[in-house]
Amino acid sequence: MSIVSQFPRFVAGSFRLVRRGNAAYWAWLAFLAVLIVSGALAFARQVSEGLVVTAMRDQVSWGFYIGNFTFLVGVAAAAVVLVIPAYIYDWKPIREIVIYGELLAVSAILMCLLFVLVDIGRPDRFWHLIPGLGHLNFPRSILAWDVLVLNIYFAINFVVATHILYRAFNGRHYDTRIVVPLVLLSIPMAVGIHTVTAFLFNGLAARPYWNSSILAPQFLASAFCSGPAILLILFQVLRRFTRFEIQDQAISKIAELMAYALFLNLFLHGAEAFKEYYSDTQHLLYTRYWFSGLGEHRTLVPYAWTAVALNLSAFLLFIIPAGRRHWVTLNLGCLATYAGCYIDKGMGLIIPGLTPDALGEIYEYVPSLTELRVAAGVFAVGFLVFTLMLKVAVPISLGEFQHEPDTGEAH
Amino acid sequence: MDPEKRPPPVSRRQFASVAAAAAAGFILTACGPKRLRELSRERLAALLEDLEKDYTKRFGTAVVVADTPPIEGVTFAYALDLSRCIGCRRCVYACVEENNQSRDPEVQWIRVLGMNKEKGIDFSESDPYYQPAEVPEEGHFYVPVACQQCRNAPCTKVCPTGATWTEPDGIVVIDYDWCVGCRYCMAACPYGARHFNWAEPTIPRDHLNTKTHYLGNRPRPKGVVEKCTFCIQRVRAGRYPACVEVCPVGARKFGNLLDPKSEIRYVIENKRVLVLKEELNTMPKFFYFYGT
Repeated sequence: MSIVSQFPRFVAGSFRLVRRGNAAYWAWLAFLAVLIVSGALAFARQVSEGLVVTAMRDQVSWGFYIGNFTFLVGVAAAAVVLVIPAYIYDWKPIREIVIYGELLAVSAILMCLLFVLVDIGRPDRFWHLIPGLGHLNFPRSILAWDVLVLNIYFAINFVVATHILYRAFNGRHYDTRIVVPLVLLSIPMAVGIHTVTAFLFNGLAARPYWNSSILAPQFLASAFCSGPAILLILFQVLRRFTRFEIQDQAISKIAELMAYALFLNLFLHGAEAFKEYYSDTQHLLYTRYWFSGLGEHRTLVPYAWTAVALNLSAFLLFIIPAGRRHWVTLNLGCLATYAGCYIDKGMGLIIPGLTPDALGEIYEYVPSLTELRVAAGVFAVGFLVFTLMLKVAVPISLGEFQHEPDTGEAH
Repeated sequence: MDPEKRPPPVSRRQFASVAAAAAAGFILTACGPKRLRELSRERLAALLEDLEKDYTKRFGTAVVVADTPPIEGVTFAYALDLSRCIGCRRCVYACVEENNQSRDPEVQWIRVLGMNKEKGIDFSESDPYYQPAEVPEEGHFYVPVACQQCRNAPCTKVCPTGATWTEPDGIVVIDYDWCVGCRYCMAACPYGARHFNWAEPTIPRDHLNTKTHYLGNRPRPKGVVEKCTFCIQRVRAGRYPACVEVCPVGARKFGNLLDPKSEIRYVIENKRVLVLKEELNTMPKFFYFYGT
């Protein structure tokens, strides 16, 4: 049967799947819907009144939105942690679950793009960035590079995930001629989206806190911590609530990779801190604002030390083999990693980069309620898309949802 | 809503024709050149006429939007005498009036930093909000900072849509109709010279400067970035920037860098001159000097 007649059936079947679910499923969707509506209302107000409803000002011109954007680029890039062993070494236990890494990447990139959209002053002009339709300042602007690599990475993951699921739906193995080259391409692309995003900040000589060549490697290290942290928790949830089987071996392997990434992340942070404090130049100001505050301006200090404590304890939990085998320490480690990287890579990167501002003024930025609501809405959109994709993907991988040649019905 | 005040209902045909016109307009714009710097003189003139009509209607007074081109053989440069500046901020307010900056919320292209003589030029020790009964204050000196019109400008390099560029006369300008408001240029600027319209800018009607330039002081929309243009509407017509004219102590010098007999060349060749954050290699065309 041709793809033209079968694909709509796949879509229709998927729709039927997401319409079925227990009370917990609907409660989760309702919760996300509330957040999305609240975020949409806040965003509508932001569009009509301007970004003045955020706490950003000329001094701190990027804030919570760009912080979340940066963090989520890392989450998206982490899909390769699973892809590398799965495809290159053909390591079976991870291969089964790699599809979820790809779906996570798709949702994360979607959130990234939404965070950029809500951050710009003229969302009505976003088409100015589309090559051909608008004018993309490529290759001079690193932001232009970022637009390109993020969209390509999004497309690759979307195509691979859809192809694998569609083939599985039809009871067939995926086409290696399509999947293998794309997956191999996705590995440098994942490194690419993260490197380019790091360069976005790294290339600004005006901001000494970002203008450090350690930024890109450090971005990658922290991405390889936070992305797998989310996936490990997700796999346990799936294992609990569906018939999906994920071997302990796979989970322990990912946790082990995380331990190395956590160490590398801490090491790179330490190297940067050493350089700043020992050389003690005027540029130390920004690092000091983060770790000890400047005068009475100490808003971020508790976050800084919380992040340090979280990253350190996650490392200690995961470096001991018993720690990553026991489910309590495993999950504690994952949560600590996630929270630590979120603080570090989000607010911890953006705000000290801009405080004090280019002329030395200290404006203490704390996100406004509008920003929190819009951001929660964007996260809810991402989680909604991820949930719906899982709802389709899980039965397909379990073989519960398959096209039957005779009736064309899913069962 | 009062039913009598309700606007007349739009007929299906009216709606369809407006929608079709909008679609056609969008396609035409999408196919042709889009940024102001790419437009032909004719299309630019037609567009500026529309802008004039729009502003005139909005402010109830005749507004001119000029497109005065750069003058051949001219590169503008600025010099500010740190030993003369008394920190009175008259330049700040003259700039706001001349360049139609928003009064609420307040946008100011010039920021005067109060500095401590013991510390020298140290931004982290500076205070832009100094408010003594009288200036200059004992033991203080003042560094007014606006766009430094860099020859190696980080802001134009990073703009993802090419909405900001350096004109042939050296003025860094912004296309307010093309800027998407991503504020990457603000992160890239080492001088805090770029300002964002966080809300809809407001200018009282009787305070509007009606003589405008399309790359300079025409009224801006919300959500875009703006900055000092050396008063492009004045300097391309052979006048001094407003801040140069208003300075009560003559601390501000302006002229053609390419003219060996200009005052600016005299200052650069004969005085102790510096540029801010020289180590960043931005190569400003805004110089500071000690005249005495």
